[in-house]
Amino acid sequence: MTTTDFLSILPITILVAWASMILLVDVFNHKQKWLSPLLAAVGLAVALSFSIAQSGNSYAGFNGMVIVDGFTAFLDVLFCASGLAGIALAYDYNKRMGIDRGEYYVLLMFSISGMMLMSAAADLIVVFLALELLSIPLYVLAGFARPRLDSEEAALKYFLLGAFAGGFVVYGVALAFGAAGSTALGAIFAAVSAGTADMTLLVIGAGLILVGFGFKVAVVPFQMWTPDVYQGAPSAVTAFMAVGAKAAGFAALLRVFTAALPSLYDELVPVMWVLAALTMIVGNIIAIAQTNIKRMLAYSSIAHAGYIFMALVAFGQQAVAADAVAAALFYLLAYAVTNFGAWGVVIALEKAEGKGLQLDDYAGLGRKYPALAAAMLVFMLSFTGVPPTLGFVGKFFLFRTVLEAGFVWLAIIGVLTSLISASFYLRVLVIMYMRDGEPEVSRPVLLNLTTGLTAVGTVVLSIVSVPLFRWASQAVLRLF
Amino acid sequence: MNLVLHPLTLVTFFPLLGVLVLLFFQPERKNAQRWTALITSLITFGISLWLLADFDAKNPDLQMTINLPWIQVAGWNISYAMGVDGLSILLVLLTTFLTPISILSTWTAVEERVKDFMLFFLLLEVGMTGVFLAQDLFLFYIFWEFTLVPMYFLIGIWGGPNRMYAAIKFFLYTMAGSLLMLLAILWLGIYQNTFSVPELIARGGIPANIQLWLFLAFAAAFAIKVPMWPLHSWLPDAHVEAPTAGSVILAGVLLKMGTYGFVRFNIPLFPAAAVKAAPWMALLAVIGIIYGAAVSYAQKDIKKLVAYSSVSHLGFVMLGLFALNPQGIQGGILQMINHGLSTGALFLLVGMIYEQTHTRDFDVYGGLWKLMPVYGTLTLIVALSSMGLPGLNGFVGEFTILLGAFGSKAIGSPWFAGLSAIGVILAAVYMLYMFQKMFLGPQGSVVAEVEKHGHGIKDLNWREIITLVPILVFIFWIGLYPKPFFALMAPAVDKLVAAVQMAANVAMH
Repeated sequence: MTTTDFLSILPITILVAWASMILLVDVFNHKQKWLSPLLAAVGLAVALSFSIAQSGNSYAGFNGMVIVDGFTAFLDVLFCASGLAGIALAYDYNKRMGIDRGEYYVLLMFSISGMMLMSAAADLIVVFLALELLSIPLYVLAGFARPRLDSEEAALKYFLLGAFAGGFVVYGVALAFGAAGSTALGAIFAAVSAGTADMTLLVIGAGLILVGFGFKVAVVPFQMWTPDVYQGAPSAVTAFMAVGAKAAGFAALLRVFTAALPSLYDELVPVMWVLAALTMIVGNIIAIAQTNIKRMLAYSSIAHAGYIFMALVAFGQQAVAADAVAAALFYLLAYAVTNFGAWGVVIALEKAEGKGLQLDDYAGLGRKYPALAAAMLVFMLSFTGVPPTLGFVGKFFLFRTVLEAGFVWLAIIGVLTSLISASFYLRVLVIMYMRDGEPEVSRPVLLNLTTGLTAVGTVVLSIVSVPLFRWASQAVLRLF
Repeated sequence: MNLVLHPLTLVTFFPLLGVLVLLFFQPERKNAQRWTALITSLITFGISLWLLADFDAKNPDLQMTINLPWIQVAGWNISYAMGVDGLSILLVLLTTFLTPISILSTWTAVEERVKDFMLFFLLLEVGMTGVFLAQDLFLFYIFWEFTLVPMYFLIGIWGGPNRMYAAIKFFLYTMAGSLLMLLAILWLGIYQNTFSVPELIARGGIPANIQLWLFLAFAAAFAIKVPMWPLHSWLPDAHVEAPTAGSVILAGVLLKMGTYGFVRFNIPLFPAAAVKAAPWMALLAVIGIIYGAAVSYAQKDIKKLVAYSSVSHLGFVMLGLFALNPQGIQGGILQMINHGLSTGALFLLVGMIYEQTHTRDFDVYGGLWKLMPVYGTLTLIVALSSMGLPGLNGFVGEFTILLGAFGSKAIGSPWFAGLSAIGVILAAVYMLYMFQKMFLGPQGSVVAEVEKHGHGIKDLNWREIITLVPILVFIFWIGLYPKPFFALMAPAVDKLVAAVQMAANVAMH
């Protein structure tokens, strides 16, 4: 193992080692419940700072199986920050729901290490490894509220469909290996360029990989599990899952398709176009009918996967690809900030036994808790894409890419579905501000901090978006 | 120049200061909140007067421009660019003028959640002023969309019984158009490589067929806002449900954002398409004029009547703008101001009587003149101004528009102007009909109804008169001596018309 090898997986190693240590600490520590989350947060903060330190450098480790570049650095920071937000949301929530067990934070960290590996994976085998490493802890976390039935159901459903999706990915990897003679993304690219690859086989393999990750990021028609799992899993887990798992899935899709398989553009572009359009349409339309906020946010997360997917559709256009990746990353970031904030509000209103999750429970929030309602207002506007919020800037960047790539109709579908989405996001505002009610909320410090910071961030970062976007633009994918 | 102390930044964002102060008030201190909002909006009006003093009426170009790079990364070229010229200066003044008046009108009408109301109202002012000043399409779009949010709440929280439906309808309708405009803005940003409006106009050179698509995308946003027939159906709902101050701002300023959008963006950015579309726009405008007037006459609800009359009046504005000659556009812009004043005043008057009677149904009114002579006189003046009586402001605007439309080469036929004159007659019919129903004849049942609850109907108090007098001053001023108002806009309009003609000639040959 060379120094580069070591450096390339350093933040991941830190996380895994640190998480294992917390596991040990947890065995001997039963009294100080605050210790595990604190240690986890410290570990994530350390990994976060290493990821930031790494940005700007790019190198390959382990004979090119792992690549650290701007793309990796951006996503690693996003993953670690999501982990911190996940801890902040979970800390009081878990106590309140009676699921305050130390392994929660350990599982969270393992999952994040998988996500970070995913963002660096430059070999299909590593992609699969990362997929499992990030997914298995999430299956457990989804069922963390056992013996609550819907939590267990969520875990089982997520596991079965996740395993199924994993099968698709493995099969796709095998076919790609058969077609190109290697699982390394660089080698596949070279084989295609040299004309030695079996293109039919490669297309089928790529299609299967697309399906597998389609499940992970929840694009239609592979979204069936999402509402049930999002509803059944503890809300803090859902918040984390909605950001982390989605971002990791897109990391894999963006790297594999944009960097290694741009030559399959002609074959795959109609498929992807339809997937993106369907996801935006179905996600947004079904969300209208929801009365449970968790299910509504689940469908909203499906719809947002559709928007990000639009950036992927342009994967084979060399001139646009870099912009598309930057737009997708920026949108992921905007989505992450808004999403954590919105789930923070959900958690503030949630009571034991799954109470307080109906949209009607938000009646009167605007009057009784103006600050919390104002935060939710910002998040709903950001999800809709109304300025001045991050969601608007994200959509602006995203739609430009789509137009640049020449998909005018896809962009029109995108804006029209945004309009549809306004109807259900606005309904939350209607209920909060225009109906009377006596909502009860719990507002511990960490939760207030998370919702407050994300709300302010959603507005302020939309006005000073340049550094963030510049950072995302540096995330050019490399293959070496 | 300094970003914060620049006059245009100041006039736009000053109300935010009031918002900040309001945040720290206890909800119970209602009067303090009202005064804070009023004083903030009055200072904003003061700043806009300072703007006017510095404004050089002879200069046809943008003035007091500020242009700072904002998002200049990865091929983006977005600036914080603002400027004011003859096309927008009057609208900025109208905004800052109507805002304190509206706030004053809420003094006793809004008792619930005063703090939130004032917050949203001041935020709305920021958005509206920004729309008229922004010279970068990205910045413009931000202001444009942002105005939806506070207005949505003003209707949805303080509105009538059907307020939630009206609020959502307002939001979705307007957003539908804006989103298509967003795509057109992005297209311009990609293929012209700038979002700066003056630069886009100078660059030109968009192929005619694409111009038409872009024109339509922008027009979708603006036509819904105006609203042009047949996209007007959100307006009566929004107006009827909105609280008085909301209606005043909606009719007075928000609708003007649509007509302003046509002058500022559609016509100069896509001149060839504008010339091609002019007869069609004129046709829609004339249908709107007659339809709006006819439907007004059929109303039983005073607010609905005024709302539909807006459809008719804004049809005149559109007809003038798409005459594409100096008279037409000048008349159109002046009529935007006139409509803001007259219809704003009408909504204020409706609100004042509604506060006492809690009904807007004609049939229960009657014989109010004897009980409320001051109120009756003021209503009569405003109604006459709205129907275009010579000597009052409405006449000047409509007359200039008709002059422009008669001689317009772009519209191509004097018939449009001829038909729209029917609208002027109908306006007299429905306005006088309303006046007669309310003020003349035997005493309506509402008078007894109010007396049952203790004290009888009272005439206007001093605060209400003070609210109305500034508007009346301008109604007479514009009606009797409109020259200074035309002088403010004439050079900018001439420049616009010349540019359109040149571009159209290039496109023809």
